[in-house]
Amino acid sequence: MDTSAGLYLAMARGSFRRYSTYRVATLAGAFTNTVFGCILAATFLALWRARPGLGGYDTTQAVTYIWVSQALLVAVAAWGGGFQDDLQARLRTGDIAVDLYRPVDFLGWWLAADLGRAAFQLLTRGAVPLVAGVLLFHARLPHSVLTWTLFLCSVLLAITVSFGLRFLVSVTGFWLDDSEGLRSLMLVVSMFLSGMLLPLGLFPDGLRQAAQALPWASLVQVPCDLFLEHRTGRAAVAALGFQLVWAVLLFAAGRVAQSLATRKVVVQGG
Amino acid sequence: MNLIELDNVSRTFTVRTRVGRLRRERREVRAVQGLSFTVAPGECVGYIGPNGAGKSTTIKMLTGILVPSGGRLRVAGVDPARERARLARRIGVVFGQRTTLWWDLPLRDSFELVRRLYRVPPPRYRANLARCVELLRLGDLLDTPVRQLSLGQRMRGDLAAALLHDPQVLYLDEPTIGLDVLSKARVREFLREVNEAGTTVLLTTHDLTDIEQLCRRVMVIDHGRVVYDGDLPGLHAQGESERTLVVDLVREGAPIDLPGVRVVKVEGNRQWLAFPAARSAAPIVAAVADRYPLLDLSVREPVIEDVIARMYAGATIG
Repeated sequence: MDTSAGLYLAMARGSFRRYSTYRVATLAGAFTNTVFGCILAATFLALWRARPGLGGYDTTQAVTYIWVSQALLVAVAAWGGGFQDDLQARLRTGDIAVDLYRPVDFLGWWLAADLGRAAFQLLTRGAVPLVAGVLLFHARLPHSVLTWTLFLCSVLLAITVSFGLRFLVSVTGFWLDDSEGLRSLMLVVSMFLSGMLLPLGLFPDGLRQAAQALPWASLVQVPCDLFLEHRTGRAAVAALGFQLVWAVLLFAAGRVAQSLATRKVVVQGG
Repeated sequence: MNLIELDNVSRTFTVRTRVGRLRRERREVRAVQGLSFTVAPGECVGYIGPNGAGKSTTIKMLTGILVPSGGRLRVAGVDPARERARLARRIGVVFGQRTTLWWDLPLRDSFELVRRLYRVPPPRYRANLARCVELLRLGDLLDTPVRQLSLGQRMRGDLAAALLHDPQVLYLDEPTIGLDVLSKARVREFLREVNEAGTTVLLTTHDLTDIEQLCRRVMVIDHGRVVYDGDLPGLHAQGESERTLVVDLVREGAPIDLPGVRVVKVEGNRQWLAFPAARSAAPIVAAVADRYPLLDLSVREPVIEDVIARMYAGATIG
């Protein structure tokens, strides 16, 4: 077990346990997601009664979309956060120096931490609103094992894409004194372009196509469509491919940014 | 074969300062210049100097997280900046004001992560952990989340974390900062044992007692240069350091006049007398007691900062 895989697994497990120590916060968060889910589901219900079949979703799908997106919100960190909070704090305090002398891949270290966090939040802040949605609003769970498998793969990719985006934002902290401003900007962008507020299919022409091609669509829109079986068969595989391409591109960009940042610190001084 | 070798190492930083509305001026700041020294295996070296002298810059270069602007640097035969990951397995680092431990998790989890990070074979890990737990008295703390530890306990945890992979060299950047007397004593006792077991130690501190109790060799750095390299008595001799005799007389009076003794301050019936640190206090006390009626007296040891300050002042004049 003394391999790198073992190390990253231990890191992810530790991160999972770390989040699990804050039980009340988790409970309060799950409650918040559920309340927001109720408000949004009621809104969507009214909207789809007035305009049935809007965006190609039937009414049940529309309501289910809300509950799946609420379930994903924190796990995929659509509004930022997760490892980003830790990395930002470590950059600000200079603790980052300690991370740099460790014999470990910096990017992989943080990805492992974020996956551990996401796993915990998916099981708690994801499961609670989804169950509430089924009980209160008759949200529809898929019956096929294949759909669940595709969905879970898509969620894993969603977290990785989100990690890539958040890493690039955080890493600007090596140059700027604080990446907080950029992060706020990203929050707004992500809120619209991830499909968190409204399914991207409802956007006007032009904006819709653009939003569907940008990486943020990977965070909420794509996993939701797979869950709803809005995209099946070849379209589902294409959706996963889309996420994978962005995950790889962003990870590569993160690697470049990291080596520039490290060089900046190591050569120019912090 | 030296474990640490620095040959004419320098490090400059570029600082941009704002001049006027838009213009920015670039200025070169030399943190370290022409730094040369070697450390042999098994030594315990105190590396001291005022704030901003270049101590941390040196430690950062020795760990490979800063590249020197010039000169040659080797630690355990490795160029730190080029082979940082390889070097990391041979060195341990403790920054007194930073922690490598996982804040929300029990100490044990952080140690387990260190084991994987440095790929310590399980039998050796168990042996090293048992030794650290015993010497640092961590037994009851292993299952406590780090955030619940006191500063002293956390520091002991950090020390253990830095030593689980059997490093050849241990760098300590102010390991006793902010600790109470008892915790300081424990940390020092542990470091002495670690050093006696063969680990080379390089220690920066502002606490003279750390140096007195641990290090045979002291290096003083100021403005990025080594201004002294030798033992502690030598430092006091070269720094013309002085001890202070504080006497409370029965009555206020004229400054005490004794050969070889300088009156530094008079405040009511209390007087401060300075004399060379190498001289014994006994004859001076006897002489004062003989001629002046005394209420009380105490002897103050020289402070390392004063010694260094005097050395630096001497260096610029001379």
